[in-house]
Amino acid sequence: MDKLLFGDNQFFGVNHMSEEKARAQSMRFQDIQAVYDVLDAAHEDGIRTFMCTTHDRVEEICEHVRKDPERYRDYQFYPCMPYAHKYANAATEEGVLGALRKFTPQGGILSAAMRGGISLATKDIEGITTLLIDSEMKMFHGLKTPVIFLQNVVVDLLLGLGVHRAFRIFADHVRSRYHAEPGFITMNMPMLVNVLEELGIENPIVCSSINKIGFRMCGGIEAYERTLREHKFRAVAMSVLASGAIPPQEAIEWVCALPNVESIVFGASSRANIRSTKRLVDSFWPEGRNQPEMVTAQGSK
Amino acid sequence: MIRVALIGLGKMGLSHLSMIRTHPDVELVGVCDTSKYLLDLLEKNTGVATYTDHKTMFQKANPEAVIVATPSQYHAGIVKDAIERGLHIFCEKPFCLDWSESEALASLAENKGLVNQIGYHYRFVGAFQEVKRLLDAGAIGTVSHVLAEAYGPVVLRPKGMSWRTQKAEGGGCLYDYAAHPVNLLNWLFGMPSAVGGTVMNSIFSKDTDDEVYSTIQYAGGGPSVQLSVNWSDESYRKMSVKLTIWGSAGRICADRQECQVYLRDPKETLSGYTKGWNVRYTTELTKPVWFYVRGEEYSAQLDYFVDCIKSASKINMNSFACAAQTDRVLAMMRDDAQASAAQLASAQK
Repeated sequence: MDKLLFGDNQFFGVNHMSEEKARAQSMRFQDIQAVYDVLDAAHEDGIRTFMCTTHDRVEEICEHVRKDPERYRDYQFYPCMPYAHKYANAATEEGVLGALRKFTPQGGILSAAMRGGISLATKDIEGITTLLIDSEMKMFHGLKTPVIFLQNVVVDLLLGLGVHRAFRIFADHVRSRYHAEPGFITMNMPMLVNVLEELGIENPIVCSSINKIGFRMCGGIEAYERTLREHKFRAVAMSVLASGAIPPQEAIEWVCALPNVESIVFGASSRANIRSTKRLVDSFWPEGRNQPEMVTAQGSK
Repeated sequence: MIRVALIGLGKMGLSHLSMIRTHPDVELVGVCDTSKYLLDLLEKNTGVATYTDHKTMFQKANPEAVIVATPSQYHAGIVKDAIERGLHIFCEKPFCLDWSESEALASLAENKGLVNQIGYHYRFVGAFQEVKRLLDAGAIGTVSHVLAEAYGPVVLRPKGMSWRTQKAEGGGCLYDYAAHPVNLLNWLFGMPSAVGGTVMNSIFSKDTDDEVYSTIQYAGGGPSVQLSVNWSDESYRKMSVKLTIWGSAGRICADRQECQVYLRDPKETLSGYTKGWNVRYTTELTKPVWFYVRGEEYSAQLDYFVDCIKSASKINMNSFACAAQTDRVLAMMRDDAQASAAQLASAQK
């Protein structure tokens, strides 16, 4: 994974600090060209990974990238699925089972429909899961998707419910059908890493809030640091600036000093912000950096 | 360990289940729903004991506390059974569709000394807790007016199959959405004296309301309130509740993310607040929780429930009695809207 991944919150009106700011961003990126311009600015600065939700508008971005294979030959997507509000709103409108039915394709690929039909009849969680993954992945056809993430709402819901088998199904399906590495986004990183280890999912990619003030880090900063030190997984840090609560230099310096963090995902709306973030990360994580030595976990295999 | 059972595996029930199962002081002893499909799925994958009848579950699983997350129309019956069995109860909002039932259940639970809480999670949002703290400290002087708003994208098409869009089952924008800002008003200012000018309109729904507007008034120098609620607004990504509060010494504007405060004359007791604008963000107002699924407030309210059971002396700030006030205000609004609609109809003739 690259050390800097470009996130998409700013494009879709997600701002954890202010609804006004979120709305202003929605307006600014109303024209999809404005999104392309920012992605291109990042690309020109060597940021070639777009970690994005399977939001309807990402479909347009995928199409844009597909149209210019020469220009975007090194470009890659890290899809994060599902776009949860789509399902949550559908569940409010049509109930939990209604929402499931709504997003399982009716006709579509025969095998997909078959699997869906069987799974809804035999209550097989595997069929539903793989069917939903395939339906979310359609928009990325023909593009590089070397890592595929499961969104935090789903990861954390399943983690809490104890439906852990779904993680294994997700990991296996993503590896076998898309030849991609499975990734998991979570707000409960220490708990999730333990569960993934118990499931035998080897060296998983886990993306979580990691910031100096401990915002959205369930279990606490110490548990996060311990997990990073003692467990074998590939950590991606998000919410590094805690929605702007920490000054960028201080925030990035702190995260870059942690052991075992492989990448940082960040969002920015301007070339200037992209550059300054990249400069900071480059200075604290020089090329060929020596990752602090990882201690072998007592608990890991 | 507190033995907890859960009834109702809808959107709220699943998320409560996910949080409560991981709570360090809780042992999940049973789950009840009418959908065999969901129960089988859960039992097969988590091993939890499942039931299709809550009374059987009470008997066999022997819980000390129960989370009720069924459609609203079933709350009253199930809660009554739970009280009779002496269980502590966390019930989803709105409490009961008939407020006199809410009041009766509130006193029943209190008389039996049971912890009773309703899932009005906005009381656990850091920014709204800050509003409460500021008002209690008299930060903005005498409050004269409040604008209470809630908007979001729930019903965006003329169809709908779930109970939330069925009037008889306690669906509709009034009970699903307006209940939240009304409950915040009850928390901050108590029980209002009168409601007037209530409008409940359908935008897309056949059977129920999609927008609600009302003027709510408090006697004895209390504030007037404009309530504006619409759950058919696609320009919002998700539900947004906002309060703007005008006082003689300032103004507060708060939503889930931030609390903006203008103060004419800052109080010494409120450290960090200065004359003019002050902004506090969710990152500084939110306390850490043991487990996060969809917002700290959802975890925090369950933790508070568990805490109330553990420390018997603690008084629940989100009790059945508080929720009964909300149910009563919603009924006042419904009656007022019907009277206005009748008046309009006769004027048209």
